[in-house]
Amino acid sequence: MKKNWMKVVVVALSCMMAVAMTGCGGGSSSSGFEDGTLKIGTAGPLTGPAALYGVAVKNGAQLAVDEINASDPEFKLSFVAQDDEHDAEKSVNAFNKLMDEGMQVLAGTVTTAPCTAVAAEAYANRVFALTPSASGPTVTADNDNVYQLCFSDPNQGIAVADYIAANYPDAKVGVIYNNADNYSSGIFDKFKSEYESKGKKIVAVEAFADDANADFTAQLNSCKDAGADMLFLPIYYTPASNIMTQADKMGYAPTYFGVDGMDGILDLEGFDTKLAEGVLLLTPFTPYSEDEKVQAFVAAYEEAYGEKPIQFAADAYDVVYALYNACLEAGVGPDNTAEEICDALIKTFNGGFKYEGGLTGDSMQWNSAGEVNKTPKVCEIQGGKYIEK
Amino acid sequence: MGFINSLISGLSLGSVYAIIALGYTMVYGISKMLNFAHGDVIMVGGYISFCMTMYIGMPGWAALLVAMAVCTLLGILIERLAYRPLRGTGSLAVLITAIGVSYFLQNTALLIWGANPRVFTSLFKGISTMHAADGKLTITPESLFTIVACVIIMIALTLFVNKTKAGKAMRAVSEDNGAAQLMGINVNQSISLTFAIGSGLAAVAGVLMCSAYPVLMPTTGAMPGIKAFTAAVFGGIGSIPGAMVGGLILGVIEIFARAYISTELSDAIVFACLIIVLLVKPTGLFGKKISEKV
Amino acid sequence: MEKIKTPDTKKLLKKAGKGAYGKEALISYGIVIIGYILLKLGAATGIIGFNLQGQFVPICVYVSLAISLNLVVGISGELSLGHAGFMAVGAFTGIIAARMTEGVFASGNTRLFVAVIVGAIFAAIAGFIIGIPILGLRGDYLAIVTLAFGEIVRNFMNVLYFAKDENGLRFAFNHTIPGIDNSQRIITGAIGATSVQKTASFEAGIILVLFTLFVVLNLKNSKHGRGIMAVRDNRIAGESIGIDVKKYKLMAFVVSAALAGMAGAVFGQNYSTLAPIKFNFNTSVLVLVFVVLGGIGNIWGGMIAAALLTVLPEALRQFADYRMLTYAIVLIVVMICTYNPKIRARFSMLIDKVNPFKRKGDQAVTEGGGSDE
Repeated sequence: MKKNWMKVVVVALSCMMAVAMTGCGGGSSSSGFEDGTLKIGTAGPLTGPAALYGVAVKNGAQLAVDEINASDPEFKLSFVAQDDEHDAEKSVNAFNKLMDEGMQVLAGTVTTAPCTAVAAEAYANRVFALTPSASGPTVTADNDNVYQLCFSDPNQGIAVADYIAANYPDAKVGVIYNNADNYSSGIFDKFKSEYESKGKKIVAVEAFADDANADFTAQLNSCKDAGADMLFLPIYYTPASNIMTQADKMGYAPTYFGVDGMDGILDLEGFDTKLAEGVLLLTPFTPYSEDEKVQAFVAAYEEAYGEKPIQFAADAYDVVYALYNACLEAGVGPDNTAEEICDALIKTFNGGFKYEGGLTGDSMQWNSAGEVNKTPKVCEIQGGKYIEK
Repeated sequence: MGFINSLISGLSLGSVYAIIALGYTMVYGISKMLNFAHGDVIMVGGYISFCMTMYIGMPGWAALLVAMAVCTLLGILIERLAYRPLRGTGSLAVLITAIGVSYFLQNTALLIWGANPRVFTSLFKGISTMHAADGKLTITPESLFTIVACVIIMIALTLFVNKTKAGKAMRAVSEDNGAAQLMGINVNQSISLTFAIGSGLAAVAGVLMCSAYPVLMPTTGAMPGIKAFTAAVFGGIGSIPGAMVGGLILGVIEIFARAYISTELSDAIVFACLIIVLLVKPTGLFGKKISEKV
Repeated sequence: MEKIKTPDTKKLLKKAGKGAYGKEALISYGIVIIGYILLKLGAATGIIGFNLQGQFVPICVYVSLAISLNLVVGISGELSLGHAGFMAVGAFTGIIAARMTEGVFASGNTRLFVAVIVGAIFAAIAGFIIGIPILGLRGDYLAIVTLAFGEIVRNFMNVLYFAKDENGLRFAFNHTIPGIDNSQRIITGAIGATSVQKTASFEAGIILVLFTLFVVLNLKNSKHGRGIMAVRDNRIAGESIGIDVKKYKLMAFVVSAALAGMAGAVFGQNYSTLAPIKFNFNTSVLVLVFVVLGGIGNIWGGMIAAALLTVLPEALRQFADYRMLTYAIVLIVVMICTYNPKIRARFSMLIDKVNPFKRKGDQAVTEGGGSDE
């Protein structure tokens, strides 16, 4: 019995120590909301396998917040990103933590499954949410206060199916998708039904489960044997780079078709970009664009974080600006409660609010279901750049 | 031809599992602990090798040696700091500590190298893929060298354990810790040596694995770690040939399940095979029969 | 020989731990009730913010999981790495049951109750199916099979589709069900369950913990429980006095699975969405960490460890980027401090000095023996 007591005492002491340390750490930390500012929060994976998306959103949003604070002498923002490890439970915890700190608007969350859970909480707490990147249809369903800045998964699936059917009528299409991932299987489901409804047939459907570093030779061999000359990859660029490298070694060279998750593949350190030549993808953003705003954003991002921004960073940047503009238009600000801001922003967003000149779209508008009117654009990678088709 | 292609990629994947499983099995044999941080040492090996080639411009083989040296040191350090204080307290306590070490390594890597993945440059970049039978049969240099490396390591390790003094000491310690000590064997040294070899092998596995499947992330080692652990148990944990055979079989089953049954369920099939094998042979393929004394 | 021996051991089995039962039960129930009152008070007075309030239900779920896993790991002495698998079975069957009865029971609590019962039944069936063949395995081999089971469950959940339409429950394997719109979906493969009506509450969580405690403590201190522990401590001796090893182990395993299924069902009813990836190897390990950290076999130690370790990552949010690193370090340091013989001896001397209830003959603990308590 005594041994047990001791263990509990030690565990409790250590935990208390840790908690006490957090108290001390809090003061010196630069993060945290500041009084008199519009408190924008987000939750996203800052650790774990999905960390690159959360970190990109955090960086992109912070950049926008700093810019606005530097240019607008009156309307100030402050921004906090909390880690959710790409887990619904942790994401709800992170949301509640942000609520404790007085968050007024949610610019998140980053990934779909956690965002679906948080959206229900945001709905119950009446906090307005504009997510930069949670593209699943479940995010906005049933919630009048949750909006997406990215185009939704089903739209991407349909767009790709239509594009292939129209432009490559004779293509034999194979698919490799991540069946343990919400985003990937969401796009694939819609792609399959849309493509097959046009009387076409997918020659090979292969899956993998989440492991970006897996052996794909079996999947690639099946696609090759089925004669697939076009490979649709509704997945993120990390496993895609792995698939392209392995296919290249096998001497298999189909035309790849990616979705917005493919963006970033050219900046993958160590990746042989020659392999990505001729890849078709849907993307609302490219760091290689000639557009002045994009160039300025990319330069500022590289300066601040030492790497090229991926689409998630640009989306987050747009989210902050869209929220800022919408607040100005609705006439709400730091002094309003989260609920007042929520009601005002819902009216503004549903009432034809237009966000002009974003990085990921020229003139964005939202419908009352929370979806943005962006249309997916098809680009081709040529000479290490995106060429719009 | 599809069958032979699948067999080759299965053997190649299996060789990676086998090399990782050797580390698992040796550590288990000598300290009766499941070192769940082993998978993350692979990841560290991959990153070190990557940095050496990309930022310092070392040739691949030199980077591999550096990675082995770093991982060897890391293995000794982990054993000394995290596991030795808990020796003799039951395997569960060390298991949990190993999980702590695993989190530690993953999150340190995240802080050092960031969340953006890297693409590993293959160790065998200059060598072109071999084709046979009208291009239907492909053998990549990665799979060929991985299989060869696995066989060499397995033979070298068996010779080391059976013929050298240090190897015999290791065997003695794994057989009976107390008796070995009484015979004048330095138990601490033997255990440190085991961790050193296991972690050095993990670096080799990391470089070979990343050569074939090039994505490098802080969590890269997690899944192969679990699979290799499965392979080690499959072959009979504690047995060196067992780890080798277990790894190879696991790799082949995984690829065949993907090629001929279902890519969605390949992991389930692998694990179901494991359960069936253990039902027939409860201590794995090469496991020792546990004789219980009253 | 036998005539003399049998009654002796039976008596011993009956006597063993009788005094400890009352104390253990008192402490365990006490912790739950005091914890409930304190947290409720904290929430009512506003001391406890949204963040901690939001964790009330998960804390209850993890505490309950720690108790039920202790039945296998601590009391039965088998290492299980697949507890999340049973949790998954309970959670998803519970969600389906709650959705199917939406039209029948208006009250959320009733639906939660149905979900918990259905979850427990299905998890128990899973535990029985997996338990029968594998309980002949020993030690780490059993551990790997439970790990395999957990992974298989998760893998299957990724390809299962359930929906509800006017004809009732519809089910498909590996593809979406045609003609079903979003509102009719229950479980959609890897996307998991969506639009779940949240019915779980802190009170339900507390009842779950109390029920789990009641079952486990009573089982532990029944004739069966002492039989299980006798087998754990010495299998051959246990068998030789006529304890049916397999039956007892299977019983502990199935009960533990059913309790994990109940906890999973409550967990599933606490979020509007639930994806299969939640129930991966890491979750199984997390629950195991609670059990080991709290002292293997020590029910209330595991409860406290579960509660503290669930809150800890949240408390570490101030560390921002260093959060999970700090968590890892705390975990390693706590493990070494609680299990290292030398450090423990030092601690126990310290405690002895300040302990007013010091008993004679209580020596500092110097032998390592975490696993044999």
